[in-house]
Amino acid sequence: MTSEHPCQCAQVSEEELYPRLEEMIEQHKGKPTELIMALHKAQNLFGYLPKKAQEIISERLNVPISTVCGVISFYSFFSTVPKGRHSIKVCLGTACYVRGGQQTLEKVEKELNTKVGGTTDDRRFSVDVVRCIGACGLAPAMLVDNDVYGRVKSTKIMEILNKYE
Amino acid sequence: MIKATINNIEVEVKEGTTILEAAKKAGFKIPTLCYHPDLKPKGSCGICVVEVEGFPSMKRACMTELVNGWNVHTNTAAVRAVRKELLELILANHEMDCPTCIKNNRCELQSLAATLGITTLKYKQSFEKKNLDNSSMSIVRNPNKCILCERCIQVCEEIQTVNALALSKRGSETIITDAFDEGLGNSVCVNCGQCTVFCPVGALYEKSDIDKVWEAINDPEKHVVVQEAPAIRAMLGEEFDMEPGSLVAGKMHAALRRMGFDAVFDTNFTADLTILEEGTEIVGRIKNNGKLPVITSCSPGWIKFMETFYPHLSEYVSTAKSPQQMFGALSKTYYAEIKGIPPEKIVSVSIMPCTAKKFESKRPEMKDSGFQDVDFVLTTREIARMLKEAGIDLKDMPDEPADDPMGQYTGAATIFGATGGVMEAALRSAYFLVTGKELEDVDIVAVRGMDGVKEAEIDVEGLKLKVAVAHGLGNARKILDKVTRQLEKEGRSEYHAIEIMACPGGCVGGGGQPWGSDMAMRARRGETLYKEDKSLPYRRSHENPSIKLVYEKYLEKPNSEKAHHLLHTHYYKRNKIDGKVVQE
Repeated sequence: MTSEHPCQCAQVSEEELYPRLEEMIEQHKGKPTELIMALHKAQNLFGYLPKKAQEIISERLNVPISTVCGVISFYSFFSTVPKGRHSIKVCLGTACYVRGGQQTLEKVEKELNTKVGGTTDDRRFSVDVVRCIGACGLAPAMLVDNDVYGRVKSTKIMEILNKYE
Repeated sequence: MIKATINNIEVEVKEGTTILEAAKKAGFKIPTLCYHPDLKPKGSCGICVVEVEGFPSMKRACMTELVNGWNVHTNTAAVRAVRKELLELILANHEMDCPTCIKNNRCELQSLAATLGITTLKYKQSFEKKNLDNSSMSIVRNPNKCILCERCIQVCEEIQTVNALALSKRGSETIITDAFDEGLGNSVCVNCGQCTVFCPVGALYEKSDIDKVWEAINDPEKHVVVQEAPAIRAMLGEEFDMEPGSLVAGKMHAALRRMGFDAVFDTNFTADLTILEEGTEIVGRIKNNGKLPVITSCSPGWIKFMETFYPHLSEYVSTAKSPQQMFGALSKTYYAEIKGIPPEKIVSVSIMPCTAKKFESKRPEMKDSGFQDVDFVLTTREIARMLKEAGIDLKDMPDEPADDPMGQYTGAATIFGATGGVMEAALRSAYFLVTGKELEDVDIVAVRGMDGVKEAEIDVEGLKLKVAVAHGLGNARKILDKVTRQLEKEGRSEYHAIEIMACPGGCVGGGGQPWGSDMAMRARRGETLYKEDKSLPYRRSHENPSIKLVYEKYLEKPNSEKAHHLLHTHYYKRNKIDGKVVQE
């Protein structure tokens, strides 16, 4: 979609994406069992699942809206709040947890004034928790976008986050 | 046949019998919590676990079919320990304010705790207190009481096909809620209240108007009139420990009079009136090539369902208001006028087996008297609570008639409370309206009983009237989809008239019926109404002398301009997401 714009950073408004959503879910029309696939596509398109997208999917696939909401809330992959430009994932797997992952998370939440699952008001960061990213040797670990940070100390967190605009 | 033993007692049962059913036959009651005889077993609570020799893990009795040669044990130390543990965990997540809970003494969780001998709490209460859902005009949801048995979801999804409720989130955070967690009042919920009937605890119940009705009764300035739906007389007795299906029409009138209502009327009077209005409409549409089939409009749960899921059929639905709303409009016009009481002083109360009637009474268009036509709606459960508070035991009441001029009724009106009753009543009068002669045999048994969809054909001197009846909204869908297909393909439907009731069994199975009812009890109440019908001097609505009088004195004739203004209504299209009216 963005490729249609001369500049990659151009903002496409959410409204403009709906015709594209309709196209993408056309093949799932009237097929309630394909709900998760349709939601997946919608989330990739919008970066999250706006209410209107949920309503369209409910209508087109013929799945009650209560079920759509229930499924979205069940899977932590799906989000109903817009995602930030950068995603922070604090690892709370066993190794990270015992070496202070929880403190890392609390510091991130405090500094950014948002909770797990939330997005900062300026949409710069979204904060999530993951259970093990396979970097136990570096515990406590944290991901920002695709960058892994190991042995994260609370005092270092702002230094890391400042790299991302 | 399956041969097995349960607690060393030999049993022989049909193939497909569950352990729960087989145990009952062997004389053992296995405790249950999420299980309900009218729903498919889901086994979500695990309380009914039993041991089967040769199997390492326990089995859920409600959903495990007995197998030949099995030796089942329902009462071992291990079984008892597991059941207790499960219940203790449920109790840790359940708000326990039992004495002030709406379900106190009627709660299945409470009685199960007693059955399992739980006298102390093993685990500390550990749930985050959530807000009550007060958004609906009919139903209150208290998530703090919810034990996640899923009965409400099952009845809403499988029986009613409304799908207002679903499981949300997961693990220890799991809740049952509506779409977007925005409240039932902002959802597709049609207010039928079946969830309140099936909920084993105090998590779902009607929004109460008890305080407002007491206030009106105690206000000397107000003239408080009351009407009772046909089905109330077949179920109110149960709230006073009378046999299910006891007919208490006379006692009910006497009790309400003693409670302090200024005039005790009867919705049955306007049920007869509905037949005249709706029957005339049916006959008119048949004669003038109007929209057919005519679909009945008495059930407000059905009406919201139609507006949401079948708006293309709205022109087929009778414009006649429900008996409750006809009564409301007349109580503040006709009655006010002949009694010389200013209508603003009249408070019109109705007693309904229904939660959707609360929503119906508050629809903005229901103000044709110039005031809100019906002020307060009480369910069967609410009026029983009020009578008990007033120290009135229904059992001790004499039989008294309702007051004139809106209390007299026929057998045709009383069967409105059972599925098929409205259709039967309409046919009794339609025959007269078409031919000018009386239908000899007024018992139209083809439309009676608990079958989901019923059909009948009545010969009206050569004109073959084809009718259908559906109760429960899942059954309604079957007939409505068929009609939709016929209308699309052939431009016409094979049916002349269709009766639809939102609740299984009709109003005797309404969302306001006594707690703990099952389908068998609904059927018994229906039979009671047919018995009353047989015992009454008039059995055709048009024979009701009070109905003749209201037309003579006030409404002129059925479907007159005045009747249209006061007794007829119109419908909207609603959004399938939030149930709100869509502006066209």
